[in-house]
Amino acid sequence: MKRYIDFYLTSMKIAILEQIQYRAQNYFYLVGVVVEPTIYLVVWSTIANQQGGSVGGYTAGGLAAYYIVWTLVRQMNVVFTPYGWENRIQHGRLSMELMRPMHPIHTDVSYFAGWKMVMIVFWFPLAAILTLIFKPTLNPTWLQIIVFFIAIWGAYLVRTMIFAVLGLITLWTTRVSAIFELSFALEMVLSGRFVPMTLMPAWVQHIAYYLPFQWTFYFPINALVGQPTPNQLFTGLGMQLFWILIGLGLVNLIWHFGIRRFSSVGN
Amino acid sequence: MKIIKLAWSYLRIGIANELQYRVNFFIQLLQSFIALGTGLIGLWLVFTQTTQLGGWSQPELLAVMGIYMVMGGVIQSAIQPNMQRLMDEIQDGSLDFALTKPVDGQILVSIREFRFWQLTDVVVGLVVLVIAVVQLQEKIGVWQALAFMVALLLGGIMIYSFWLMLTTTAFWLIRIWELVNLFQGLYAAGRWPVTIYPQWLRLGLTFIVPVAFAVTVPAEALTNRLTPLTLLGAFGLAILLMLLARFVWRLGVRSYSGASA
Repeated sequence: MKRYIDFYLTSMKIAILEQIQYRAQNYFYLVGVVVEPTIYLVVWSTIANQQGGSVGGYTAGGLAAYYIVWTLVRQMNVVFTPYGWENRIQHGRLSMELMRPMHPIHTDVSYFAGWKMVMIVFWFPLAAILTLIFKPTLNPTWLQIIVFFIAIWGAYLVRTMIFAVLGLITLWTTRVSAIFELSFALEMVLSGRFVPMTLMPAWVQHIAYYLPFQWTFYFPINALVGQPTPNQLFTGLGMQLFWILIGLGLVNLIWHFGIRRFSSVGN
Repeated sequence: MKIIKLAWSYLRIGIANELQYRVNFFIQLLQSFIALGTGLIGLWLVFTQTTQLGGWSQPELLAVMGIYMVMGGVIQSAIQPNMQRLMDEIQDGSLDFALTKPVDGQILVSIREFRFWQLTDVVVGLVVLVIAVVQLQEKIGVWQALAFMVALLLGGIMIYSFWLMLTTTAFWLIRIWELVNLFQGLYAAGRWPVTIYPQWLRLGLTFIVPVAFAVTVPAEALTNRLTPLTLLGAFGLAILLMLLARFVWRLGVRSYSGASA
C-alpha cells in the first residue's frame, strides 16, 4: 500500500512541475475549453429569456452556473484518451509500462490527478471572469458542496475506466478511431455536456440514466447547481461507485486476455 | 501563371497521396455524419423548446449549419493542414527548404498540403444546405446566389488570413500546438448566427476571429438579411486582413533564425 501512495505522490508531483512550465500553452488550451460551454450558454439563455425566464427548470442564472461549473468538471474529466492507448499499443510504448511492478492504469490516474491540480489553479481567473460576465445564481447547501467534491473525483475514475476499456480494444484491432469517435459523440449527447439532462426528452433521460456517461458530467454539475434531494445525491455517488467497479472488472478482464496479444515493436 | 501551375501540382500530389488510403474515406465519411448528427441533435433540442432563435427559424438555422460544415471542410482540407505544417517547420527549422525556393514564401507555405478526404464535410454540408434552401421555400434570385458566393469567398479569405497570422506567431512563440484547438473552439461558435451572441462576443467573432463573415454573412445572403453595406464591409475587411497577414508574415520571416543558425 505504501509503495502505491509513494508512487502516486511522486507521479503527481512530476505532472505538476511539468505543467507549470507551459503556462502560455495551458492558457491557450483553457480558453479553448471555455469557448465551448459559452456557446451553449448563450444559446440556451437566449431561449430561456425568449420563454419568459426559464427553460427545463433552469433560469438564465441557473444555466450560467451550470456551464461555469461545467468548465471545472470538464477539467476533472480529462483522462488518458483512447487515442493515447492506441498510440501506446501500436508504437510499442506499452512495453515500458509493462516493466513496472504495477498496472499501467496507475501511471495514468496519478499523472492526470497531478495535471488537474495545475489546471484548477489556472482555471480560477477564467471562472472569475465568466462569473462577472454571466452572473450565475448558485446557492448550494453544505451537503451539496461535499458531495460535489467527492463526485468530481468519482467522475474522473468512471471516465478513466470507460476510456481505458475503449483504448484497450486496440490490442485486437488497429482501426479504432471510428469506434472512438462514435463513443465521443454518444458521450456528448448523453452526458449533459451539450445541455442539462432535464432539457432532453424523457426517453433520452431514461436511457442516459442506465449508461455511465451522465454520472461523469451531469451528476457532479447538478449536485452543485441543481436542487437534488439528499437521496438523489447518495444514489448518484452509488451509481458512480457501481460504474467504477464495473469498469475495473472490465479493464482487468480485457487486460487479462488482451495483453497476450501485445507484441512490442523494436526493443 | 507559374503559381497556378505550382498549386495544381501540389493539389495533384495531395490527392494522389490520399487516394492510397481508401479506408480513410469511409472513416472520414463516418466522422462527417457524426458531426452532422450531433449538429442536428443540437438544432432539434433547441426547437423542441422554441420556434425561433434570435429571429432565425429552423430552416434558416439549418442553412447556417450547412454553411458552417462547408466552410469547416474547406478549412480542414486546404487551410489548416498547411498551417500545421508551417508550425512544425518553424519549430524544427526545416522551413529553410521552403524559404529558399524561387517562389514567394507565403504563397508556397499556403498551398503545399491538401487533405482530399476532408472534403466529405463539404459534400455533407452542401447536402444540408440544399435541403435547408428547399425548406425555406423562398425564391433565391441570381443576385442573392451571387452575393452568397462572394460572401463565402470573402469569408474564406478572411479565415485564411487570420489562420496565417496565428501561425506566424510561432516565429516568436515557437511552441503553439494548442492554437489548433483554440481555433477550432472559436470556429465552433459559427454553428449559430453570431447575432445571438452578446455584443462583446459578437464584436470579437466579427473583427478578431472572422467567424461572422465566414458563416453568418453568407447565411444572411441566402435568407434576405444581407445589406449591400455588410457585403462592402466584408470586402474591405478581407482586403485589410490580407494585407495585415502579409505584413505580419514578412515581420515573422525576418526574425526566423533557421535550422543551422
